[in-house]
Amino acid sequence: MADPMKIRASLKGDVAEIRILMAHAMETGQRKDAAGNVVPAHFIQSMTVEVGGKKVVDGQIGTSVSRNPVFGFKMKGAKVGDKVIVNWIDSKGDKRTDEAAIA
Amino acid sequence: MRRFWIGALCAMAIMGTTSAQAARKQVAKPAAQTAPAPAAEAKDAATLEFEKFRAEMEDSNPAELFEMKGAELWKARRGPKDVALAESCDLGQGVGKIEGAYVRMPRYFADADAVMDAERRIVWCMVEKQGFKFDDIAKTPFANENFTPDITNLVTYVAGHSRNMKIAVPLGEPRVREAYEIGKEIAAYRAGPYDFSCSTCHSVDGKRIRMQNLPNLNTPQGAMSGVQGWPGYRMTGGVMLTHQWRMGDCFRQQRFPQPKYASDAIAYLLTYMIGNANGQVYKGPGIKR
Amino acid sequence: MNTTRRTVLRSATASGMLAGLIAAGALRPTQVLAADWNKAAFEAKDAPGALKGIGAGATVDSKDLIVRVPDIAENGAVVPVDVVSTIPNTSSISILVEKNPSPLSAHFELGNGALPEVSARLKLGQTSMVKAVAKADGKFYTAQKEVKVTVGGCGG
Repeated sequence: MADPMKIRASLKGDVAEIRILMAHAMETGQRKDAAGNVVPAHFIQSMTVEVGGKKVVDGQIGTSVSRNPVFGFKMKGAKVGDKVIVNWIDSKGDKRTDEAAIA
Repeated sequence: MRRFWIGALCAMAIMGTTSAQAARKQVAKPAAQTAPAPAAEAKDAATLEFEKFRAEMEDSNPAELFEMKGAELWKARRGPKDVALAESCDLGQGVGKIEGAYVRMPRYFADADAVMDAERRIVWCMVEKQGFKFDDIAKTPFANENFTPDITNLVTYVAGHSRNMKIAVPLGEPRVREAYEIGKEIAAYRAGPYDFSCSTCHSVDGKRIRMQNLPNLNTPQGAMSGVQGWPGYRMTGGVMLTHQWRMGDCFRQQRFPQPKYASDAIAYLLTYMIGNANGQVYKGPGIKR
Repeated sequence: MNTTRRTVLRSATASGMLAGLIAAGALRPTQVLAADWNKAAFEAKDAPGALKGIGAGATVDSKDLIVRVPDIAENGAVVPVDVVSTIPNTSSISILVEKNPSPLSAHFELGNGALPEVSARLKLGQTSMVKAVAKADGKFYTAQKEVKVTVGGCGG
């Protein structure tokens, strides 16, 4: 079971800033463990951000994204209290959905 | 639990003052890759470049993910005694109170008859209040790329409740003062194949190793830069590590034997270092190179 | 990219049909995912291949696209990258690390009020150009900036 994300969304003027922290190893498939064995690739492949029921970001990512990914997005047209839903799915089919409200 | 044993290092430090002085007379070996630079030039272009992005890195710090896990662990009933730390553990501010606790440790705890840093105290609570076995915790006390121990998450959670508070180690307490003095000796104790001590690298301004500036731990600001950011999310490996880990790693880098986990030696060294930072503002769990 | 799937998902009825198939067990969600992830682009071994994979065969450099990265990375494992586009009608932003084994790092389709301004943290195996690609009105614009990756000292 994947660990929860941390989502922070706040309105500054008419722009909502959304910061997302994801807990994921983002293994590239090139790293070797202490015993010298290659750690198999395991990484988030797609993610979406929905605000107020509308998809704002439809993203795909690769192995170059750092471990425990951090993303930032901005949008117009959102208001305080709007629900922000973030989804991700990784290369093994593990997934996670978390939500927050715009503050 | 009975008293924690004194780490080998600490024992060496206590009885080894004269041998340490003898060691100091030896020809100082060149510190690997270190080169003194005038303090005024300590902030070079690279350092300034790192600082430009530091606030942004700190603003969204994966350490928060570990704080979230620590919050659950703190509140959950766990261990053979099925007790929550939130309802049993006193970090010096009253049972279950964590606000400002991190910046007021190390401190002396009468119930354990020991000076304890935050991590050592939480371990003590896990053992005494929840019934966990110390040896089980001490087997894998620090995080690696596949595993983060509960204790690390707990320390991160507790540290997060001292954000923007001033460091206030109670150095007026006789036992804490004694710990401080021993810690000072440990920091200056020179030995090992490289004839190093903590002070070799950390007692003057303007030193660096490669791109890293080395803080002078004898000054409040220098000590604070050694305290700031721990527990910290280490970019190398992407793991959450505690101040206890950092102390142990310093000994590894000096090619010393590693001090025991949650030992007097580390608590005393932390008392010296964090005590020197008294009055400085702690920003909370950080992000480290 | 993914035109077919996106078109399918935009249609409520088709989307409902897809959900029906998933519920019926005919399609496992992971299989839907596999189709979604642009494997060719993300597994391309060089920047031109990755660009081709996202449909950006022809690109033009633009001063209206800004890549904000450190000149020197404190640690190549976590390099903060901000991309801001002021090109009107920017609908997607992609980020590539040219020298990485698989250069394409991220691709974001933006809509419903999202501003063309994204930030991420990337791994850089070595000193490399970080390239941003913005799509606007069917055209692809690029900008890039070099990040030097150094070897660090002790634990910080």
